[in-house]
Amino acid sequence: MKKKNNSIEQLEDSPANPSRRSLLKGASLVGAAAVSSLAGSQVLAADSAASANKSGNSPLREALEVLTAEEAETLEAICDCLIPSDEHGPGAREARAVHYIDRSLASHNSGARQNYSIGLNAINEFSRKTRGKRFAHLLTDQQNSILLAVQTNKIEGFVPNGSGFFNMLRSHTIDGTFCDPYYGGNQDFVGWDMLRYPGIRLGVSEADVAAGAKLEPNHQSAYDHSTYTKLADNSATEADGGGDYA
Amino acid sequence: MPKQLGKTDVVIVGMGAAGGVAALPLTNAGLKVVGLEAGGWLSPRDFAPDELRNGSRNWPQSVQKAASEAPTVRATSNDTAVQGGHPMMNAVGGTTMHYWAQSWRLNPWDFKVVSETRRRYGADRLPAGSTVEDWPFDYNELEPYYDKVEYTVGISGQAGNVKGRKNSAGNIFEGERQREYPMQPLRASPFTDLMGNAAKSLDWNPFQGPAAIATELFDGRPPCQYHGFCNKGGCHIKAKSSTAFSVIPKAVDTGNLEVVTFARVIRVVTDDNGRVSGVEYIKGNETFFQPAAVVLLASYAYENVRLLQLSTSAAFPDGLSNNAGQVGRHYMSHHQGAPVFALFDRDLHNWYGLPAQGVAIDEWADDNFDHSDLDFIGGANLWVHTDRKPMSAAKMSTFGQTRNWGSDWKAFIMKNADRSNTSYIQKTTLPYEDNYLDLDPVVKDPLGFPVTRITARYRDNEKRIAAFSQEKMAQWYLEAGAIKVSKAGLGNLMGATTHAYGGTRMGLNKDTNVVDEWGFSHEVPNLGVLGASVMGTSGSRNPTLTVQALSFRTAEYLANNWRSIVG
Repeated sequence: MKKKNNSIEQLEDSPANPSRRSLLKGASLVGAAAVSSLAGSQVLAADSAASANKSGNSPLREALEVLTAEEAETLEAICDCLIPSDEHGPGAREARAVHYIDRSLASHNSGARQNYSIGLNAINEFSRKTRGKRFAHLLTDQQNSILLAVQTNKIEGFVPNGSGFFNMLRSHTIDGTFCDPYYGGNQDFVGWDMLRYPGIRLGVSEADVAAGAKLEPNHQSAYDHSTYTKLADNSATEADGGGDYA
Repeated sequence: MPKQLGKTDVVIVGMGAAGGVAALPLTNAGLKVVGLEAGGWLSPRDFAPDELRNGSRNWPQSVQKAASEAPTVRATSNDTAVQGGHPMMNAVGGTTMHYWAQSWRLNPWDFKVVSETRRRYGADRLPAGSTVEDWPFDYNELEPYYDKVEYTVGISGQAGNVKGRKNSAGNIFEGERQREYPMQPLRASPFTDLMGNAAKSLDWNPFQGPAAIATELFDGRPPCQYHGFCNKGGCHIKAKSSTAFSVIPKAVDTGNLEVVTFARVIRVVTDDNGRVSGVEYIKGNETFFQPAAVVLLASYAYENVRLLQLSTSAAFPDGLSNNAGQVGRHYMSHHQGAPVFALFDRDLHNWYGLPAQGVAIDEWADDNFDHSDLDFIGGANLWVHTDRKPMSAAKMSTFGQTRNWGSDWKAFIMKNADRSNTSYIQKTTLPYEDNYLDLDPVVKDPLGFPVTRITARYRDNEKRIAAFSQEKMAQWYLEAGAIKVSKAGLGNLMGATTHAYGGTRMGLNKDTNVVDEWGFSHEVPNLGVLGASVMGTSGSRNPTLTVQALSFRTAEYLANNWRSIVG
């Protein structure tokens, strides 16, 4: 099941949450070791509770920025085949890989926008022609066999070809499942948990490395660290920028 | 007409690895230096631990000057060259902002490939078609400058040969050095221990390679915290000894360096006497002329060559300093590809670690082993390192065990994300007659100037080293307990690379080299060239420290011989 958008975690990931930013602002980075993940998570916990109270249950506003509704529906079904939700746990759907891809097509993947239109349409046309239904409405086995045919160049109509389109889809789906949650995917850190990646740490001890995947996942985005947010205080990082030298 | 600026002593084109180092001895000597840089200043705040931003989004390189003039590439002159990406970045500090920071000295053999090959194996062992020459000096000439850079920029590492005393904790094949590194090497990890022990059981000599990364408090900069986002990311605490955080601020503090950011140099100007008089650059929508007594080119190899080729004049109709037709010749893309992949049956604990934190093997590099019965010269440094991030981990090879998507694949990566490793094998790469850089006849940058065209491919010598070193690498992985190994192809096309050499080669013979043994043009006495474009051999390890030692040496020579060079 797709998660509702009004979860606490969703709000917590939002970089535009002013109360959280002001709380984190004091904990600016001096040396990496100065940032304690324990202190950080306490701040987050207190803050997300406040956010939840303030926002009540009103749904988060969220657009399809680039994809059409039908494209998004088709892509959702494809991502679900590539990294399925199964007995081993959540997959691309829970990570919201499609949400990530949609946003990325408006920014760093904008060059791929046309290929998505052409490719997703080709998949639906093939699906209608051979099965009489849109791709998203097929059984999982039927969907998998179509995707395999795309990957092995058995179906025409893709740019540059089926396998090229498939490789791009696969790469973007992985990006959306395992990227920093700031970009709209890897929701609730399901991707990082899937790989047993314990999360971003600004300072890592030898004991941390020895613990490896046994480290408690800290579930922090890079942008949970105040240094990297837009409104951070430059003087706190002793920036050598143009102010001093240019 | 360009806006005329006040004359300066020295103008340096590019404030990166090379130009940043050169600025310090010049400004310390009291010379006035203008450093023109195509990028801007960055701060630790700019280096978020964000794999997507560093990798897929290619921040901030995707919008920079270098990206807008990326070279075109073709294997031979019969092919059509296609434009790809540019791997370097524009910033104060240049690519030292986001490099891995491996900071090697070349081995003594790399300076004397021709004479040593003749002496040990006979002249017929030099590969056919290669234009390789001995360097104009040997390792011992550069040793004091390696030392100065290690202690000025800040390099950590374990010495293997101090004044002839060998230490097997370091590289026993390195040339003699006068003292230890200023800082201890980066620390070991469960993975480096695993690979180090396996190497020892093969009777090889494993060691932690040198890095431009502080491991102790150095010059007020804190030691590395091992969070591991060096690759295409800068350091969040300035532990990485990028020139922007080490030598450039010191040069600025002398009061003698003016750094001009977002300056795009378009031409080196020549006077009626065939000497250079300064450079023209564009900043914003204005064109400036910066007059200077001496011009030092310190941009990347492609840009150094291109700027000379674009700077035509009555005295130099085929490009500046190119009356002997050597600009663009003797080009090499370092053969760093053709890796070996390994899968282990246990977690390797590599989620936190750096590309520069690893284990090196030098037994099979350079001429460290007997080539009598082999069909190539040179060799490869084997390197494995601790660095893993989730997106790239999920894109790991499946080693033929599953389709690369779906439920089985998901189970595979859930189990194996921290169990794979990819080696980094740097191979001796030689220059050849028809490997070269020229101006592309079709593709232009946004200003309308042609971009660089690379025409180059690896030859038998490089491919044989690749095959030989892959065997050694596979043997090493299997000794360490790998349950699967696989090998990449041996390579052909020499693409645009982070290790580009040649094009303005340094040598005594002015018919086959662009600059003399001090880095100054054979044809233009007040024009110097800094960077790997002057290097005539690649070595089998990263070039930056050698580039920096050469830059320091050229700058010191200029300061000490100012009157005779300025004339």
